Amino acid sequence: MPKSFNVNKYLRMDKMPHIWCPGCGNGMVMSAFLRAVDSLQLDPNRLVVVSGIGCSSRISGYLDFNTLHTTHGRPLAFATGIKLAEPTLEVVVITGDGDATAIGGNHFLHSCRRNINITLIVINNYIYGMTGGQYSPLTHKGDFATTAPYGNVEPELDMCKVAESAGATYVARAITYKPVSMEDLIIKALENKGFSLVEILSQCPIYYGRLNKKGGAVEMLKWQKENTVSMKAAAQMAPSALKDKIITGVLSSRYRPEYTEEYESVIQKVQESVR
Amino acid sequence: MTSERRLMQGNEACAEGALKAGLQFFAGYPITPSTEIAEILSRRLPEQGGKFIQMEDEIASMAAVIGASLTGAKSLTATSGPGFSLKQENLGFAIMTEVPCVIVNVQRLGPSTGGPTLTAQGDVLQARWGTHGEHTIIALCPASVEETYYLTIMAFNYAERFRTPVILLMDETIGHLRESVQLDKYDKMKIFSRPRPWETPDKYLPYAAEDDAPPPMAVFGEGYRYHVTGLVHDESGFPCTGNHAAIDRLLRRLNNKIMAHQDEITLYKDTMTEDAEHLLIAFGASARSAASAVKIARREGIRAGLLQVQTLWPFPEKLIRQKTLGKRSVLVPEMNLGQYAREIKKVVSDKTMVVTLSQIDGRLFHPNKIVAYFRGEERHAEIL
Repeated sequence: MPKSFNVNKYLRMDKMPHIWCPGCGNGMVMSAFLRAVDSLQLDPNRLVVVSGIGCSSRISGYLDFNTLHTTHGRPLAFATGIKLAEPTLEVVVITGDGDATAIGGNHFLHSCRRNINITLIVINNYIYGMTGGQYSPLTHKGDFATTAPYGNVEPELDMCKVAESAGATYVARAITYKPVSMEDLIIKALENKGFSLVEILSQCPIYYGRLNKKGGAVEMLKWQKENTVSMKAAAQMAPSALKDKIITGVLSSRYRPEYTEEYESVIQKVQESVR
Repeated sequence: MTSERRLMQGNEACAEGALKAGLQFFAGYPITPSTEIAEILSRRLPEQGGKFIQMEDEIASMAAVIGASLTGAKSLTATSGPGFSLKQENLGFAIMTEVPCVIVNVQRLGPSTGGPTLTAQGDVLQARWGTHGEHTIIALCPASVEETYYLTIMAFNYAERFRTPVILLMDETIGHLRESVQLDKYDKMKIFSRPRPWETPDKYLPYAAEDDAPPPMAVFGEGYRYHVTGLVHDESGFPCTGNHAAIDRLLRRLNNKIMAHQDEITLYKDTMTEDAEHLLIAFGASARSAASAVKIARREGIRAGLLQVQTLWPFPEKLIRQKTLGKRSVLVPEMNLGQYAREIKKVVSDKTMVVTLSQIDGRLFHPNKIVAYFRGEERHAEIL
């Protein structure tokens, strides 16, 4: 565990208590994010947190940074405008699985492709919580939701694979069961100069847990432990042992030119030729 | 570049007017008949250190424009009907969060894909009521290339002064029209920027304002660290769903901050309206046909006059009442089935007949069609 610090200094304490249900993973992700911000000593005045709509997107309201709570699915598009207009700002998007991959799927794809220097943290609880438990593109096939009373007919999306193939230069998957690793993976994402995705598997005991008989928050965290394998451990394991396991850790990391830097060089070139 | 007379397209005048107003950011998506605005700004903005981005869709363009404006950049997007429909949700977000920006809609024939290269004025009421919820909007409508330049600057001025999105409602005819213009007379126009906070960050309440004014706007990154949300919010900027008094105050202020300044927002031109027996009220490309019709009618001894409305929204009720007083008839030629005529009908005296002259075939009004009404020959005239 890293040195202890007072998380309150980054929070708008007058907005507490938060709206999340008992056992929800959102607070754990918020805490890991704030530890990452603290480790990197990011300037709160220069940090912008953008969110969409949903339970996880309420995080923005609790953080004492420049915060923007946008329309459903659009936080990356708002963030792109912020980052391009003012590239010296540190821009982070925190949202949920439905917001990022269903209604916001197009913006997700193109933010990866541009490799714009934004960190996207997706809290994946496999369900739409704010509206009471409907299936999302990340809900596993066969799982139950209020709109999948006979089991989900649709297969799930692997958003990390999509991010990598669309051009994101840092892709990681974390679990709320491992808060230290979660913090470390967010730090690396913030350090990456380019588009970074951290998908965080989280627990929603109230909707997803109840509908799928997954038990309470503790049982759901245990499920994470039993069903995930880190990249490092996976390298030593036979493919048969990895069947149905979810891989965590840094899934992909590489260099590609960053969008706002490329645009700045266009401005310089154009201005020189105009002169 | 504005110091000489030159041939310019309406869409180009819009782009140049935006730059004159201090444009720093454009996000858009290709769509006929507004694409030239994006094309021109993709070239012109980087020359001045500004930013251009072609987003993945119309929704994203509207979002990016709002994001950029929150960093202090004067921001613009341009589109046409189908794209304007897609922008409505984030347009509402900009109204609710009071983020200044300008949205150009170069109208084409609808509904749906309709006629991309066909002229129309079918989005007049969409400009007013397109986004959901009770709200107030400013929409300006140019009738020439020069007016496009001027009204684009005014659109930015209103957006910045009142912290609100402003719609520039063009039409295909004006967007693609080429005219000889001399724009240096606008060089001395006053350019407005949004009100900025004077308090220190610890005392800043981002949405605290007089009942009829916009609040001062801090820029992301300056140290004010505030929250922006499309949810109903109180003066602190945070959601206030259970505080009905705060909700009431917010929504009334969003209306009042514009309506309290309606007189100065009301822009128009009038020609021979004083002695006119028949008053034509028109806007955009239809106003050009109406101007020709007035000339022809006068030659034939018909006392016609033209009130060209440049500010469509907020509806210039006082102006319309004043100008229509004592007129025998009010004729409203528009390229729709009477969207604005019906608004006019609501406010004019019962003693004055209001007639809608409609054209929805994708072609501009022929002046003769308007004159034909006076001769009792026009079949697309309807008394309201």
